[in-house]
Amino acid sequence: MNILETPSDRLLEAVRSLLAAKGHLTTDEIAERIRITDGGSPAQGARMVARAWTDPDYKALMLRDGTMAAEAMAIPMRGLPPLGVLEDTEAVHNLVVCTLCSCYPRAVLGYPPFWFKSAAYRARAVRDPRGLLGEWGTVLPVGQKLRVVDSTADYRWMVLPRRPAGTEGWSAEQLAAIVREGDMIGVTIPTAG
Amino acid sequence: MMLAPGTRVRVKLDWPELRGPCHIRTPHYVRGEEGTIERHLGDFPNPEDLAFARPAPIRALYHVRFAPKPFWPEGAAPDELVVEIFEHWLEAA
Amino acid sequence: MKDELPRAMHDMGGVSKFMCDPVDTEPHALNDFDKEVDAIRQLLGMKKLMSVDEMRRAIEAIPEEQYLRMSYYQKWMRSITDNMLSKGIFTEAELREALASQDGAKL
Repeated sequence: MNILETPSDRLLEAVRSLLAAKGHLTTDEIAERIRITDGGSPAQGARMVARAWTDPDYKALMLRDGTMAAEAMAIPMRGLPPLGVLEDTEAVHNLVVCTLCSCYPRAVLGYPPFWFKSAAYRARAVRDPRGLLGEWGTVLPVGQKLRVVDSTADYRWMVLPRRPAGTEGWSAEQLAAIVREGDMIGVTIPTAG
Repeated sequence: MMLAPGTRVRVKLDWPELRGPCHIRTPHYVRGEEGTIERHLGDFPNPEDLAFARPAPIRALYHVRFAPKPFWPEGAAPDELVVEIFEHWLEAA
Repeated sequence: MKDELPRAMHDMGGVSKFMCDPVDTEPHALNDFDKEVDAIRQLLGMKKLMSVDEMRRAIEAIPEEQYLRMSYYQKWMRSITDNMLSKGIFTEAELREALASQDGAKL
């Protein structure tokens, strides 16, 4: 049998022990890395969106340089791919996909969700995106252009959704609480709840 | 030479997949299609070489916009499709 | 049309056979295996032992019927192992020995 077809939990145990025995990594390093990665979550991206909704200068920075905008919110970006931000407007709705693998703005949204990695999502986003949005019950206003961004190379992309009606006078914290993972990829649209 | 926003380009109709092991970041569905340069995103080592740990020349990366309605016959495609494409996959349209 | 192009199997944009598949929009929590594989991938990148593109290339080399059956992080684990072997970080004999010692420990 091809050794690569060994059950993956057994491969993990063996590879971990070999890498440790050869001094390449330690179990402490792995635990630390898991802890740091678990710290990334859609709440980070939601804080950026809420600030962009309340601070025009920050919004301008976010659209010009997403990496700097994330760093301005104390989100660590060093050594990570550059972050680009796609602005939704009355005229245009953005949807992000990676048809080749699963490129995802992990620094600001955390681990990619199951659906984002699925063959169905990757195939349908570029060919039948309005049908795909129906899986979430999302219907775009008539006349709004749908722009799909296939994240194929060195950038990672998040969507800056439109601020929903009925949120006038809300604080950045209140606004951040209504922004979900899917809103920042474009499969859903935030509402005042 | 840097391609300016608005420049019309064609993605090369090439299939390195037929020539042997490779790692390509240009999706099959845009190959041979015409699009418009939206902007230069930056310069990055060519992933086609990085994938094999070969010395990787730095290449310009562009956001290229396509009008994909004719790509698929049934016409449910998005109004616009934007893809990151490296300079060596682009030719004048 | 597009379906007749000689695409690689991971190059899935617009591929007809997936167009009628529903999307499972429910959250799926990562398990301990998933998180550890993710962490090891990051560490190997930080230590310059394996680039993201090397990792992707070895995932793309998985035969299609296995690619479509394996979980996301099972594919990562296989690619990591493939890369460590091909880059000489450890040998196949060492890997076989480590796997055999697991069997020994369980007897």
